[in-house]
Amino acid sequence: MIVTEFARNQWYVAAYGHEVGRRQLGRTILNEPILLYRTEDGRAVAMADRCVHRRFPLSESPSHLVGDRVVCGYHGFTYGPDGVCVAVPAQQRIPRTARLRTFPVVEQDSFVWVWIGDREPGDVLPPRAPWLVSPDYATVCGMEPLNARYGLLVDNLLDLSHETYLHGGYIGTPEVAETPITTEVDEDAGVVYVSRHMDDAACPPFYAESTGIKGRITRWQDIEYHPPCLYLLHSRIAPVGSPPPADDGTDSHAFHVEVVYAITPSTENSTYDFWAVARDFALDDEKVSDFLRDSNRTVVLQDVTALNTLEQVIAAEPDRYQELSVNIDTGGLAARRLLARMAGSAPAQTAVR
Amino acid sequence: MNARDSGARAGRTVYRIRWLPGTDRLHASCFCGAEREFEDPVVLWDWLLGHPEGHLPGPAAAQDSPAPAAALV
Repeated sequence: MIVTEFARNQWYVAAYGHEVGRRQLGRTILNEPILLYRTEDGRAVAMADRCVHRRFPLSESPSHLVGDRVVCGYHGFTYGPDGVCVAVPAQQRIPRTARLRTFPVVEQDSFVWVWIGDREPGDVLPPRAPWLVSPDYATVCGMEPLNARYGLLVDNLLDLSHETYLHGGYIGTPEVAETPITTEVDEDAGVVYVSRHMDDAACPPFYAESTGIKGRITRWQDIEYHPPCLYLLHSRIAPVGSPPPADDGTDSHAFHVEVVYAITPSTENSTYDFWAVARDFALDDEKVSDFLRDSNRTVVLQDVTALNTLEQVIAAEPDRYQELSVNIDTGGLAARRLLARMAGSAPAQTAVR
Repeated sequence: MNARDSGARAGRTVYRIRWLPGTDRLHASCFCGAEREFEDPVVLWDWLLGHPEGHLPGPAAAQDSPAPAAALV
Protein backbone atom coordinates (compact mmCIF):
# COMPACT_ATOMS: atom_id res chain seq x y z
CA MET A 1 0.00 0.00 0.00
CA ILE A 2 1.04 3.59 -0.49
CA VAL A 3 2.55 4.95 2.69
CA THR A 4 0.42 7.69 4.21
CA GLU A 5 2.04 8.04 7.62
CA PHE A 6 4.64 10.76 8.09
CA ALA A 7 8.25 10.02 8.91
CA ARG A 8 9.10 12.38 11.74
CA ASN A 9 12.56 13.20 13.04
CA GLN A 10 13.73 13.84 9.50
CA TRP A 11 14.91 16.78 7.42
CA TYR A 12 12.44 18.24 4.92
CA VAL A 13 12.82 20.96 2.32
CA ALA A 14 10.65 23.86 3.44
CA ALA A 15 11.60 26.35 0.73
CA TYR A 16 14.27 27.48 -1.67
CA GLY A 17 16.71 29.89 -0.11
CA HIS A 18 15.57 32.62 -2.48
CA GLU A 19 12.01 32.30 -1.16
CA VAL A 20 13.05 33.12 2.39
CA GLY A 21 13.81 36.77 2.98
CA ARG A 22 12.78 39.83 4.94
CA ARG A 23 9.12 39.03 4.48
CA GLN A 24 7.45 36.15 6.28
CA LEU A 25 6.79 32.92 4.43
CA GLY A 26 4.28 30.38 5.74
CA ARG A 27 4.54 26.68 4.89
CA THR A 28 2.73 23.70 6.41
CA ILE A 29 4.99 20.67 6.76
CA LEU A 30 3.77 17.39 8.25
CA ASN A 31 0.73 19.33 9.44
CA GLU A 32 2.96 21.82 11.30
CA PRO A 33 2.32 25.46 10.32
CA ILE A 34 5.79 26.96 10.04
CA LEU A 35 6.91 30.58 9.72
CA LEU A 36 10.14 31.23 7.84
CA TYR A 37 12.10 34.46 7.50
CA ARG A 38 15.63 35.81 7.52
CA THR A 39 17.18 37.81 10.30
CA GLU A 40 18.97 41.02 9.40
CA ASP A 41 22.28 39.17 9.28
CA GLY A 42 20.83 36.76 6.66
CA ARG A 43 20.15 33.73 8.84
CA ALA A 44 17.04 31.70 7.95
CA VAL A 45 14.86 30.87 10.96
CA ALA A 46 11.79 28.67 11.35
CA MET A 47 9.19 28.71 14.11
CA ALA A 48 5.54 27.93 14.73
CA ASP A 49 3.31 30.06 12.53
CA ARG A 50 0.68 30.66 15.19
CA CYS A 51 0.65 33.40 17.80
CA VAL A 52 0.40 31.84 21.27
CA HIS A 53 -2.38 34.30 22.13
CA ARG A 54 -5.24 33.67 19.69
CA ARG A 55 -3.46 31.58 17.05
CA PHE A 56 -3.29 34.26 14.38
CA PRO A 57 -0.78 33.23 11.66
CA LEU A 58 2.42 35.23 11.96
CA SER A 59 3.04 34.77 8.25
CA GLU A 60 -0.19 36.59 7.37
CA SER A 61 -0.57 40.32 6.93
CA PRO A 62 -0.79 42.54 8.91
CA SER A 63 1.75 40.50 10.93
CA HIS A 64 5.16 41.92 10.05
CA LEU A 65 8.85 41.97 10.84
CA VAL A 66 10.53 44.68 12.90
CA GLY A 67 14.24 44.04 12.78
CA ASP A 68 14.75 40.40 13.72
CA ARG A 69 11.38 40.22 15.49
CA VAL A 70 7.96 39.27 14.20
CA VAL A 71 4.92 41.20 15.40
CA CYS A 72 1.53 39.51 15.35
CA GLY A 73 -0.88 41.50 13.22
CA TYR A 74 -3.84 40.80 15.50
CA HIS A 75 -2.85 42.05 19.00
CA GLY A 76 0.86 42.86 18.71
CA PHE A 77 2.49 39.94 20.53
CA THR A 78 6.13 40.15 19.48
CA TYR A 79 8.64 37.30 19.18
CA GLY A 80 12.38 37.06 18.68
CA PRO A 81 14.06 34.69 16.21
CA ASP A 82 14.48 32.24 19.10
CA GLY A 83 10.68 32.09 19.43
CA VAL A 84 10.64 33.84 22.78
CA CYS A 85 7.90 36.42 23.25
CA VAL A 86 9.43 39.80 24.06
CA ALA A 87 6.36 42.04 24.11
CA VAL A 88 2.74 41.62 25.16
CA PRO A 89 0.28 44.47 24.61
CA ALA A 90 -0.54 46.73 27.58
CA GLN A 91 1.27 44.77 30.27
CA GLN A 92 4.77 44.38 31.68
CA ARG A 93 4.67 40.71 32.59
CA ILE A 94 5.30 38.25 29.77
CA PRO A 95 3.79 34.84 30.54
CA ARG A 96 6.44 32.14 30.86
CA THR A 97 4.68 29.99 28.29
CA ALA A 98 4.64 32.75 25.68
CA ARG A 99 7.13 31.06 23.41
CA LEU A 100 6.91 29.74 19.87
CA ARG A 101 8.30 26.35 19.05
CA THR A 102 11.37 26.70 16.83
CA PHE A 103 12.65 24.24 14.25
CA PRO A 104 16.28 23.43 13.41
CA VAL A 105 17.26 24.86 10.01
CA VAL A 106 20.03 23.96 7.58
CA GLU A 107 20.52 25.93 4.39
CA GLN A 108 22.25 23.75 1.84
CA ASP A 109 22.38 23.34 -1.94
CA SER A 110 19.84 26.16 -2.48
CA PHE A 111 17.29 24.53 -0.16
CA VAL A 112 16.13 25.58 3.31
CA TRP A 113 15.82 22.31 5.21
CA VAL A 114 13.75 22.12 8.38
CA TRP A 115 13.93 19.30 10.92
CA ILE A 116 10.50 18.05 11.94
CA GLY A 117 10.52 15.87 15.00
CA ASP A 118 10.42 15.43 18.72
CA ARG A 119 14.17 15.21 19.21
CA GLU A 120 17.11 17.26 17.94
CA PRO A 121 18.89 16.22 14.73
CA GLY A 122 22.27 15.97 16.47
CA ASP A 123 24.91 15.40 13.81
CA VAL A 124 22.39 14.19 11.21
CA LEU A 125 22.52 16.46 8.16
CA PRO A 126 20.24 16.57 5.12
CA PRO A 127 21.36 14.64 2.02
CA ARG A 128 23.20 16.63 -0.64
CA ALA A 129 22.33 17.94 -4.10
CA PRO A 130 25.52 19.91 -4.82
CA TRP A 131 24.86 20.51 -8.53
CA LEU A 132 22.19 23.06 -7.68
CA VAL A 133 24.81 25.54 -6.47
CA SER A 134 27.82 24.38 -8.47
CA PRO A 135 29.44 26.90 -10.85
CA ASP A 136 29.87 24.01 -13.28
CA TYR A 137 26.11 23.67 -13.67
CA ALA A 138 23.23 25.94 -14.66
CA THR A 139 20.02 25.34 -12.74
CA VAL A 140 16.34 26.11 -13.21
CA CYS A 141 13.85 25.29 -10.49
CA GLY A 142 10.33 25.66 -9.18
CA MET A 143 7.73 24.26 -6.81
CA GLU A 144 4.24 23.06 -7.58
CA PRO A 145 1.69 22.32 -4.84
CA LEU A 146 0.19 18.87 -5.18
CA ASN A 147 -3.24 17.98 -3.81
CA ALA A 148 -2.28 14.39 -3.21
CA ARG A 149 -0.57 12.29 -0.55
CA TYR A 150 3.21 12.31 -0.80
CA GLY A 151 3.39 8.56 -1.38
CA LEU A 152 1.83 9.02 -4.79
CA LEU A 153 4.68 11.30 -5.84
CA VAL A 154 7.24 8.80 -4.51
CA ASP A 155 5.60 6.04 -6.55
CA ASN A 156 5.57 8.30 -9.60
CA LEU A 157 9.23 9.24 -9.43
CA LEU A 158 10.55 5.77 -8.63
CA ASP A 159 8.96 4.33 -11.78
CA LEU A 160 9.92 6.43 -14.78
CA SER A 161 8.23 4.11 -17.27
CA HIS A 162 5.29 6.48 -16.91
CA GLU A 163 7.28 9.03 -18.92
CA THR A 164 6.39 7.15 -22.10
CA TYR A 165 2.68 7.60 -21.55
CA LEU A 166 2.18 10.66 -19.35
CA HIS A 167 5.03 12.77 -20.72
CA GLY A 168 5.16 11.77 -24.39
CA GLY A 169 6.36 14.67 -26.53
CA TYR A 170 8.44 16.06 -23.65
CA ILE A 171 10.65 13.48 -21.94
CA GLY A 172 8.95 10.20 -22.82
CA THR A 173 9.88 7.90 -25.68
CA PRO A 174 8.94 4.24 -26.25
CA GLU A 175 12.34 3.03 -25.05
CA VAL A 176 11.79 4.22 -21.47
CA ALA A 177 8.90 1.85 -20.85
CA GLU A 178 10.55 -0.92 -22.88
CA THR A 179 13.90 -1.01 -21.09
CA PRO A 180 14.34 -3.24 -18.01
CA ILE A 181 15.53 -1.66 -14.77
CA THR A 182 17.97 -2.68 -12.10
CA THR A 183 17.22 -1.89 -8.46
CA GLU A 184 19.47 -1.67 -5.44
CA VAL A 185 18.63 -0.95 -1.84
CA ASP A 186 21.41 0.05 0.52
CA GLU A 187 19.93 -0.77 3.91
CA ASP A 188 22.80 0.81 5.83
CA ALA A 189 22.54 4.15 4.04
CA GLY A 190 18.76 3.98 3.57
CA VAL A 191 18.99 4.71 -0.16
CA VAL A 192 17.09 3.22 -3.11
CA TYR A 193 18.81 3.12 -6.51
CA VAL A 194 16.92 2.43 -9.74
CA SER A 195 18.72 2.42 -13.07
CA ARG A 196 17.56 2.24 -16.64
CA HIS A 197 20.24 2.35 -19.33
CA MET A 198 18.96 2.74 -22.88
CA ASP A 199 21.65 1.98 -25.48
CA ASP A 200 19.82 3.26 -28.55
CA ALA A 201 16.82 5.48 -27.95
CA ALA A 202 14.93 8.29 -29.60
CA CYS A 203 15.93 11.69 -28.27
CA PRO A 204 12.89 13.37 -26.69
CA PRO A 205 12.34 17.10 -27.31
CA PHE A 206 13.46 17.94 -23.74
CA TYR A 207 16.99 16.79 -24.59
CA ALA A 208 17.04 17.36 -28.37
CA GLU A 209 16.19 21.04 -28.01
CA SER A 210 18.53 21.66 -25.09
CA THR A 211 21.58 19.70 -26.31
CA GLY A 212 21.21 20.10 -30.07
CA ILE A 213 21.53 16.35 -30.63
CA LYS A 214 19.72 15.42 -33.85
CA GLY A 215 19.93 11.63 -33.93
CA ARG A 216 19.43 8.74 -31.57
CA ILE A 217 20.99 8.68 -28.14
CA THR A 218 22.38 6.60 -25.38
CA ARG A 219 20.21 7.58 -22.41
CA TRP A 220 20.97 6.61 -18.83
CA GLN A 221 18.58 7.23 -15.97
CA ASP A 222 20.13 6.59 -12.58
CA ILE A 223 17.80 7.32 -9.68
CA GLU A 224 19.02 7.82 -6.15
CA TYR A 225 16.23 8.25 -3.61
CA HIS A 226 17.07 9.34 -0.10
CA PRO A 227 13.80 8.88 1.73
CA PRO A 228 11.78 10.59 2.82
CA CYS A 229 12.47 13.86 0.99
CA LEU A 230 15.27 13.94 -1.57
CA TYR A 231 15.15 12.35 -5.02
CA LEU A 232 18.00 12.61 -7.50
CA LEU A 233 17.87 11.56 -11.15
CA HIS A 234 21.30 11.44 -12.75
CA SER A 235 20.52 11.70 -16.45
CA ARG A 236 23.28 11.01 -19.02
CA ILE A 237 22.63 11.77 -22.69
CA ALA A 238 25.09 11.07 -25.52
CA PRO A 239 24.85 10.42 -29.26
CA VAL A 240 24.82 6.70 -30.01
CA GLY A 241 28.39 5.52 -30.50
CA SER A 242 29.93 8.01 -28.07
CA PRO A 243 32.59 6.62 -25.72
CA PRO A 244 31.40 5.61 -22.24
CA PRO A 245 32.64 7.41 -19.12
CA ALA A 246 36.33 6.93 -18.36
CA ASP A 247 37.45 4.90 -15.36
CA ASP A 248 38.31 8.12 -13.54
CA GLY A 249 34.70 9.30 -13.92
CA THR A 250 35.31 11.92 -16.60
CA ASP A 251 32.67 11.84 -19.31
CA SER A 252 33.34 14.62 -21.78
CA HIS A 253 31.37 13.05 -24.64
CA ALA A 254 28.04 13.16 -22.82
CA PHE A 255 25.57 15.75 -21.59
CA HIS A 256 24.60 15.50 -17.95
CA VAL A 257 21.39 16.68 -16.34
CA GLU A 258 20.78 16.34 -12.63
CA VAL A 259 17.05 16.36 -11.96
CA VAL A 260 16.33 16.94 -8.29
CA TYR A 261 13.01 16.65 -6.49
CA ALA A 262 12.22 17.38 -2.88
CA ILE A 263 9.06 15.62 -1.78
CA THR A 264 7.73 17.43 1.28
CA PRO A 265 4.45 16.26 2.80
CA SER A 266 2.26 19.17 3.78
CA THR A 267 -0.88 17.44 5.04
CA GLU A 268 -2.22 13.90 4.66
CA ASN A 269 -3.42 14.75 1.17
CA SER A 270 -1.20 17.60 -0.01
CA THR A 271 2.47 17.81 -0.88
CA TYR A 272 5.06 20.36 -1.94
CA ASP A 273 6.66 19.20 -5.19
CA PHE A 274 10.01 21.02 -5.39
CA TRP A 275 11.82 20.42 -8.69
CA ALA A 276 15.15 21.53 -10.10
CA VAL A 277 17.04 20.77 -13.31
CA ALA A 278 20.81 21.32 -13.34
CA ARG A 279 22.82 20.91 -16.56
CA ASP A 280 26.53 20.87 -17.34
CA PHE A 281 26.19 22.35 -20.85
CA ALA A 282 25.07 25.64 -22.41
CA LEU A 283 25.66 27.22 -19.02
CA ASP A 284 25.15 30.80 -20.16
CA ASP A 285 22.41 30.19 -22.72
CA GLU A 286 19.25 31.80 -21.37
CA LYS A 287 17.17 30.26 -24.14
CA VAL A 288 18.15 26.79 -22.96
CA SER A 289 17.34 27.78 -19.38
CA ASP A 290 13.94 29.12 -20.41
CA PHE A 291 13.20 26.02 -22.46
CA LEU A 292 14.17 23.58 -19.69
CA ARG A 293 12.26 25.60 -17.08
CA ASP A 294 9.09 25.69 -19.18
CA SER A 295 9.39 22.05 -20.27
CA ASN A 296 10.07 20.63 -16.82
CA ARG A 297 7.30 22.70 -15.27
CA THR A 298 4.94 21.35 -17.92
CA VAL A 299 6.06 17.81 -17.11
CA VAL A 300 5.61 18.40 -13.37
CA LEU A 301 2.14 19.83 -13.96
CA GLN A 302 1.25 16.74 -16.01
CA ASP A 303 2.19 14.68 -12.94
CA VAL A 304 0.27 17.05 -10.66
CA THR A 305 -2.89 16.70 -12.75
CA ALA A 306 -2.63 12.91 -12.82
CA LEU A 307 -1.80 12.54 -9.13
CA ASN A 308 -4.53 14.95 -8.05
CA THR A 309 -6.98 12.75 -9.94
CA LEU A 310 -5.49 9.61 -8.40
CA GLU A 311 -5.79 11.10 -4.91
CA GLN A 312 -9.50 11.67 -5.44
CA VAL A 313 -9.94 8.09 -6.62
CA ILE A 314 -7.95 6.51 -3.80
CA ALA A 315 -9.53 8.68 -1.12
CA ALA A 316 -12.94 7.40 -2.18
CA GLU A 317 -11.92 3.73 -2.08
CA PRO A 318 -11.88 1.32 0.86
CA ASP A 319 -8.79 1.28 3.08
CA ARG A 320 -7.43 -1.88 1.52
CA TYR A 321 -8.05 -1.23 -2.14
CA GLN A 322 -6.53 -3.61 -4.63
CA GLU A 323 -3.60 -2.79 -6.85
CA LEU A 324 -1.19 -4.85 -8.88
CA SER A 325 2.58 -4.51 -8.75
CA VAL A 326 4.75 -5.67 -11.66
CA ASN A 327 8.44 -5.57 -12.52
CA ILE A 328 8.56 -1.80 -13.12
CA ASP A 329 7.46 -1.30 -9.50
CA THR A 330 10.45 -3.02 -7.91
CA GLY A 331 12.07 0.26 -6.86
CA GLY A 332 8.81 1.84 -5.77
CA LEU A 333 8.06 -1.14 -3.53
CA ALA A 334 11.48 -0.73 -1.91
CA ALA A 335 10.81 2.97 -1.31
CA ARG A 336 7.44 2.21 0.27
CA ARG A 337 9.09 -0.24 2.65
CA LEU A 338 11.79 2.20 3.73
CA LEU A 339 9.21 4.97 4.22
CA ALA A 340 6.95 2.70 6.27
CA ARG A 341 9.89 1.78 8.46
CA MET A 342 10.87 5.43 8.92
CA ALA A 343 7.27 6.32 9.75
CA GLY A 344 7.19 3.57 12.33
CA SER A 345 4.34 1.77 10.66
CA ALA A 346 6.28 -1.34 9.68
CA PRO A 347 9.04 -3.36 11.34
CA ALA A 348 12.37 -3.48 9.53
CA GLN A 349 11.87 -6.90 8.01
CA THR A 350 8.29 -6.53 6.81
CA ALA A 351 7.63 -6.14 3.12
CA VAL A 352 5.36 -3.34 2.04
CA ARG A 353 3.21 -4.18 -0.89
CA MET B 1 23.76 2.91 -10.39
CA ASN B 2 26.87 1.79 -12.19
CA ALA B 3 29.75 -0.57 -11.66
CA ARG B 4 31.73 2.07 -9.81
CA ASP B 5 28.96 2.73 -7.32
CA SER B 6 28.17 -0.93 -6.81
CA GLY B 7 31.79 -1.59 -5.95
CA ALA B 8 31.70 1.18 -3.38
CA ARG B 9 28.74 -0.49 -1.71
CA ALA B 10 30.39 -3.92 -1.53
CA GLY B 11 30.26 -5.43 1.94
CA ARG B 12 27.22 -3.43 2.96
CA THR B 13 23.68 -4.59 3.57
CA VAL B 14 22.63 -4.23 -0.03
CA TYR B 15 19.86 -5.95 -1.93
CA ARG B 16 20.17 -6.08 -5.73
CA ILE B 17 17.43 -6.87 -8.21
CA ARG B 18 18.18 -7.23 -11.91
CA TRP B 19 15.48 -7.54 -14.53
CA LEU B 20 16.84 -10.24 -16.83
CA PRO B 21 16.96 -8.83 -20.39
CA GLY B 22 14.56 -10.41 -22.81
CA THR B 23 12.51 -12.02 -20.06
CA ASP B 24 9.90 -11.07 -17.48
CA ARG B 25 12.05 -12.48 -14.68
CA LEU B 26 13.74 -10.66 -11.82
CA HIS B 27 17.03 -11.89 -10.39
CA ALA B 28 17.36 -11.10 -6.69
CA SER B 29 20.64 -11.05 -4.76
CA CYS B 30 20.74 -10.82 -0.98
CA PHE B 31 23.67 -9.28 0.88
CA CYS B 32 24.35 -12.76 2.30
CA GLY B 33 25.11 -14.11 -1.17
CA ALA B 34 21.83 -15.94 -1.73
CA GLU B 35 20.29 -15.52 -5.16
CA ARG B 36 16.95 -16.42 -6.65
CA GLU B 37 14.75 -15.59 -9.63
CA PHE B 38 11.16 -14.37 -9.44
CA GLU B 39 8.31 -13.25 -11.65
CA ASP B 40 6.61 -11.10 -9.03
CA PRO B 41 8.35 -8.20 -7.25
CA VAL B 42 6.10 -8.52 -4.19
CA VAL B 43 7.08 -12.16 -3.68
CA LEU B 44 10.68 -11.20 -4.41
CA TRP B 45 10.74 -8.60 -1.64
CA ASP B 46 9.10 -11.05 0.77
CA TRP B 47 11.95 -13.46 0.10
CA LEU B 48 14.74 -10.87 0.31
CA LEU B 49 13.41 -9.40 3.54
CA GLY B 50 12.85 -12.85 4.97
CA HIS B 51 16.62 -13.25 5.28
CA PRO B 52 18.01 -15.61 6.50
CA GLU B 53 15.06 -17.91 5.96
CA GLY B 54 15.62 -19.90 2.78
CA HIS B 55 18.76 -17.98 1.90
CA LEU B 56 21.36 -20.48 0.82
CA PRO B 57 24.46 -18.85 -0.70
CA GLY B 58 25.04 -19.84 -4.27
CA PRO B 59 23.97 -19.26 -7.84
CA ALA B 60 20.38 -18.38 -8.51
CA ALA B 61 18.01 -21.26 -8.62
CA ALA B 62 15.80 -20.97 -11.68
CA GLN B 63 12.64 -21.31 -9.66
CA ASP B 64 9.25 -20.13 -10.58
CA SER B 65 7.58 -17.68 -8.31
CA PRO B 66 5.50 -19.54 -5.72
CA ALA B 67 2.80 -16.91 -5.92
CA PRO B 68 0.53 -15.73 -8.72
CA ALA B 69 1.57 -12.64 -10.63
CA ALA B 70 -1.31 -10.66 -9.17
CA ALA B 71 -1.42 -10.10 -5.45
CA LEU B 72 -3.65 -8.23 -3.08
CA VAL B 73 -1.70 -5.28 -1.82
